[in-house]
Amino acid sequence: MKEPLLQVDGLKKHFVSQKGFRKSSKQVVKAVDGVSFDINPGETFGLVGESGCGKSTTGRMIMQMLEATEGTITFDGERLDQLSGKALKKARKDFQMIFQDPYASLNPRMTVRDIIAEPLIVHEMETSNGIDRRVYELLDTVGLPRKVAERYPHEFSGGQRQRIGIARALAVKPKLIIADEPVSALDVSIQSQVLNLLKDLQDEFDLTYLFIAHDLSVVDFISDRIGVMYLGKLVEIGDRDSIIQNPQHPYTKALLSAVPVPDPRAKRERIVLEGDLPSPSNPPSGCPFHTRCPFAWDRCVNETPELQTAETTGHTAACHLLDEL
Amino acid sequence: MAEAATRKEEEQEKKVTPFQQFWKSFKKQKVSFAAGVFLLLLFIVAAIGPFIAPYGPQEYDYDNLLSGPSWQHLAGTDDFGRDIFSRILHGAWISLSVGLSSVFIGALLGTILGIISGYFGKWVDSAIMRVMDVLLAFPGMLLAIGIIAILGPGLFNVVMAVAIFSVPVFARIIRSSTLAIKSTLYVEATQSIGSSHFRVIMKHIFPGTVSTLIVYFTMRIGSAILIAAGLSFLGLGADPSTPEWGAMLSNGRDYLNNAPHVTFFPGLAIFLTVLAFNLLGDGLRDALDPKIRD
Repeated sequence: MKEPLLQVDGLKKHFVSQKGFRKSSKQVVKAVDGVSFDINPGETFGLVGESGCGKSTTGRMIMQMLEATEGTITFDGERLDQLSGKALKKARKDFQMIFQDPYASLNPRMTVRDIIAEPLIVHEMETSNGIDRRVYELLDTVGLPRKVAERYPHEFSGGQRQRIGIARALAVKPKLIIADEPVSALDVSIQSQVLNLLKDLQDEFDLTYLFIAHDLSVVDFISDRIGVMYLGKLVEIGDRDSIIQNPQHPYTKALLSAVPVPDPRAKRERIVLEGDLPSPSNPPSGCPFHTRCPFAWDRCVNETPELQTAETTGHTAACHLLDEL
Repeated sequence: MAEAATRKEEEQEKKVTPFQQFWKSFKKQKVSFAAGVFLLLLFIVAAIGPFIAPYGPQEYDYDNLLSGPSWQHLAGTDDFGRDIFSRILHGAWISLSVGLSSVFIGALLGTILGIISGYFGKWVDSAIMRVMDVLLAFPGMLLAIGIIAILGPGLFNVVMAVAIFSVPVFARIIRSSTLAIKSTLYVEATQSIGSSHFRVIMKHIFPGTVSTLIVYFTMRIGSAILIAAGLSFLGLGADPSTPEWGAMLSNGRDYLNNAPHVTFFPGLAIFLTVLAFNLLGDGLRDALDPKIRD
């Protein structure tokens, strides 16, 4: 058994917002509330959940762009949450991020060359001659012609911009790439190109991905293992095939039933969830999903279920009705 | 579909630099383009004025005291018989350099303070902005008079006074654009790479504020010239004998009834210069703002 590259344990992020002057009027938004998972070297871990469930916040905490309220992040044997200053900067070289919005994540006033070269300059990895060579190499890798180096981001389409973003993330030869919904802003036809590129790059450079998405079909395509998040908590986690074919948690079942099947005559059971995602500032008691769960009963309202291994499938889910549904 | 493809090809063939794009949309602004041309001529006149002026600034012609405009004296003469047209040409350099240098100092300090304030936030922000609020609380002229009262009269002190009162204006504007840029995803991206604060500020924040800076720099020059002229008019700036436009206005005010040209021409020079700077600033704003452009 290999040592995991990234271990996240009991990660929490509580945003405190004060309304009014009284201390008692403080509101705590539990964006991420106790998330734990491991990612092994070379695998792709897909994190899914609907908007506002805390998946991007989790990614940002791992990137050290947000400070965790509680919990530990261990990357390559080092506690990231305890690093700062020079040590953190040095560690940052090994994990990079690809952002959701390729229109906003590239500085419109910088040329493609400057954008891709920035991490190299920051980490002092190349001489000035070496930087040019490396930028061209990276453009080749992500499938963009070399002549685009002098252009500005607004001259590119979404897919091309995302390739620039990928080249920037690859520049410092990281071990882990956190991809925060890298294809959700793109056309479906472009999505598959970018996903295939990410897969090819993984094989070529031994990359490990934390792939954040809300689209289960995308996650199904790229992931080795999947974690399903709901309202700041992981509700199900396990191997891709096991989760896709044999979902245990009612929320995962509902998500899977919403994935379109390209066959108009296919008969299937749609589970349509009622109501909206509850506010993370005022989460429901017990199981966070009980307000929308078609199978909820007394215990779900009063008691928060822990992640436990399902006997039938071997992957874990947080549900009181595990193995019974 | 085919149309889009050919357009794309066209775009690929001619590469448009940001400057060309700016120039293209600036040229469409007829009025401010004219203002720009006027100011360009004014700068040339200010540089070569002393050489093309028909008379020296202190050349007395006792045969023509307070005489009206004529072919001999294009804008007439003042109470000492000095040629007003020549004095305006000599004074252009003073007004422009006072305006430019004071706004430059003010913009420099204001930009540094604004970026630090917006970027670091928290108590640094509060401390800097409260001081700026105090400065902004005084009306501009009053603040300038107060500073002159401390420093003493003189052109150099006028520059300092106008600079100090420009600082809070720039600090506020640059702080707000810093806040906007700081919250963009690309700044977050560069921070996640591990860029230092200095790098983020110099490579991402400052370049983003430049277009705002250019616009307000241009507009402030107009009001700086006005304030400097005002101070000289009150006798707090340039020595009354220097051909400074404000001082010339002040000299002529006693003869407003029988020789209005003594105040009219320096006043016209101030008016046109300030107007031109403001119009130029307007046009630059429209040309530099990608949201208004096209």
